[in-house]
Order: sequence, then C-alpha cells, then structure tokens
Amino acid sequence: MIKRSISLLVVFGFVLIFWKMLTSWLPMTDLQGVAKEYVSREPEELGAINVVTAIVVTYRGLDTLGEVSVLFLAATGVAVLLRRREKKIKTGKTKRPSSEFLQTGAALLTPFVVMFGAYIFINGHLSPGGGFQGGSVIASAMLLLFLTFPGYKFKHTALNWIESISGASYVVVGILGILLAGGFLDNRVLPLGEYGKILSAGAIPVIYIFIGLKVGTELAGILENLKHEH
Amino acid sequence: MTALVILLGIGMIVAACMAIYLKNLIAAVVAAGIVSLFASVVYLILAAPDVAMTEAAIGAGLSTAIFIYAIKHTREEEVEND
Amino acid sequence: MTIVLGIGFILMLIGFWGLLTRRNMIKMVLSIAIAETGLQLIMIAIGFIKGRTAPILDSEVLKLEGVLKVVDPVPQALVLTAIVIGVAVNALMLTFIIRLYQQKKSLDISDYRAMKW
Repeated sequence: MIKRSISLLVVFGFVLIFWKMLTSWLPMTDLQGVAKEYVSREPEELGAINVVTAIVVTYRGLDTLGEVSVLFLAATGVAVLLRRREKKIKTGKTKRPSSEFLQTGAALLTPFVVMFGAYIFINGHLSPGGGFQGGSVIASAMLLLFLTFPGYKFKHTALNWIESISGASYVVVGILGILLAGGFLDNRVLPLGEYGKILSAGAIPVIYIFIGLKVGTELAGILENLKHEH
Repeated sequence: MTALVILLGIGMIVAACMAIYLKNLIAAVVAAGIVSLFASVVYLILAAPDVAMTEAAIGAGLSTAIFIYAIKHTREEEVEND
Repeated sequence: MTIVLGIGFILMLIGFWGLLTRRNMIKMVLSIAIAETGLQLIMIAIGFIKGRTAPILDSEVLKLEGVLKVVDPVPQALVLTAIVIGVAVNALMLTFIIRLYQQKKSLDISDYRAMKW
C-alpha cells in the first residue's frame, strides 16, 4: 500500500514536469546554430548527399566511436556470462527438423537479404541508409537461419576475424585522418570525387562499410549466444 | 496527415498499456513490438527516413527475438512423458 | 508537432509506471524499452519544422538553399546512436536475468534480497 502510493506520487511529479514542458514549448521555425552551419557547409566540404550520414561519420565521429565501444562491451558481456560450462551429457531430446517448405524458402532468401544489407551500407552517403541499418538487416538474415535449422552453428573463427578486423580498420582510418588531413576521422584522406557518384565523399563509404560489418556480426553474435545457452 | 498521426498514437498507447498488464509474457513482448512498429511509421511522417529504417529493423525485429529467447530460457522445463 | 510530443510524454509515463509497479523482471526490462521509445519520439519531434522535407540534398535546389528547406538533422543523428545502444543494453540486462534464474528458479524481484541492507 505504501509502495503503491509512493509510486503514484513519483509518476504524478513527472506529470507536472511534463505538463509544464508541453505547454511552454514553441515549435521551431528556422534552423539555428550548429545545424545551420552543418547544412550550409556540407556540400562543398564533404561532398555527401545524406546530411545525417555526414554528421554521424565526420562531424560527430567521436560519438560514433563511443557507440561502437559500448556495443562491443555489451556483446562481450553477453558472451562471457553465457559461456557454456563443461560439456553436459546430451539429454535425449532431438529437435524435429522444420518442414521442407521453410527450409527451401530460407535457403533461397538468405543470400538476397545479405546482399540487400550490403547494398544499404554501401549506399549510405547517397540515400537514406548507412552502416547501422545495413548491419541490422544482415543480423536479421542470420536470425532467419537460426530459426529454420535447429542445430545450426557458426564458424566462430570467421565471425571473430571479421569483427576484429573491421573494428581495428575503423580506428586506423581515423588515425590516418590525423596524419593526412584535418583531424580524427576526417574524410578528406581520399579524394572527394564527383557529387552523386558511389566513389565520392572521401572516406565516408569506407568507414561505413567497416561499421556495417562490425555491427552486423556483433548483433549476430549476441543472438547466437542467447540461443545456445545450455 | 494529422488524423493518421492521431490514429497511430492511440494504437501505440493502447499497445503499451497492454504490454505491461498482460499476464502471458509472449503476448506482452509482441505488444511492445507493435509499439516500435507504429513509432517507425511516425518517424517517416516526421521526415526522418534514416531513423525509421533503423527502428523498423532493430525495434520490431531483433529486439522481439532477443526477448523471446530470454523467455524460453527462464521457463520451467516441461516434463517429457514417454 | 505538439501531438507527437504529447504521445512521447505519455509513453514515457507508461514506461515509468510499469517499472515501478511490476515485479516480474522481464516486464521491468520491457517497460524500460517502452520508455526509451517514448524518449526517442520526443527528440525527433523537437527537431521537426512544419512544411519542410527530409535532410537529403539530392537536387540542385536543395543543394544551393538547403538551409531554408530541410528539417534539423542533428537530433536524427543522436537518435540513431541511441536506438542501437538501447538494444545492446537490453540484451545485457536479459542475460543477467537468465543467470539469476539459474540460481534460484524465480523471476520475482522480491526474492533476491542479498544486496539489501
């Protein structure tokens, strides 16, 4: 009883704060401050069509580095906590294989879904998309394989190598930015090229390919550790 | 456009209330997936296509799968009668 | 828009209420996820300007005078990061719950009083 009334009081306090914030808010009518500078200077300086991609990769590149580190820490935590102990004796339960329709459909669809995910993160600077979206689509393809074939296991060494090399290359490209151009993760290490082609906007496609591969394999690793828990 | 936003908002609030009050855990997880799906459509109406793509792929797909794996591991194992 | 701001605030309140009153640990993680979705809706709704389009400068008109015709791109970049971090932290919380369940076979949070004084 006491607990329920204290929770009600806390939620009521939040209602008062939110009401004050809601009634005294005026919608924005013009771009101001940092956003105005980003949008007006972006086509000449960086050459990317998608402004959100340019902000995430170059203007606010350190935030993306922090986010990749947090993702790596969470995936490592999941893998360490759910590590299998000594080999248990197999219980007599064998899983029934899924129907033929599902197996054929999944085997046909998976290469196309992986290709679609790769398309999304290669075209990150020309249309909506990028590394995080493409990586989650690749992890969804792995989820389809897990749901269809009950005893499916990955080759761990291939996944670990891809993830480590992508993460290390991302930092190496950033340090190249310090040595050859303006600052950390500056994308002018490679030539800017023509506006609107695939090989434009300097190092932005290269950085996003590494981020996309790293995020995709990390999310697939989290799913695999959660599935094979015993 | 405003009518569509109001309809989606009502759907989101009803699904969120169901997610915290249903006793069946799997139904609650599916209701949280519905909240993410409607939020993805609202992001598209608010002129944010990158965020809509990310929320649709992660919120309504991978998050639901992670919750269902966790529910599977925390249920009492059924006794097999043979 | 003010309507989406109101919806975001209500979703955050539902998330907080679920976190404070539910005792099943998986329901608590679900309420945290709903509150995070509400907060991300609020951030995108603050950056919206009426009558303008998405921040992708693909035609000549937008390239020359983009400042007058696109919405604010900075909150979208922040929310992109927040969504991915949210799902990773949810996965870590669920592994803690799985490990705790293997010790005592109960999903009720009032059974784990080892750290209360």
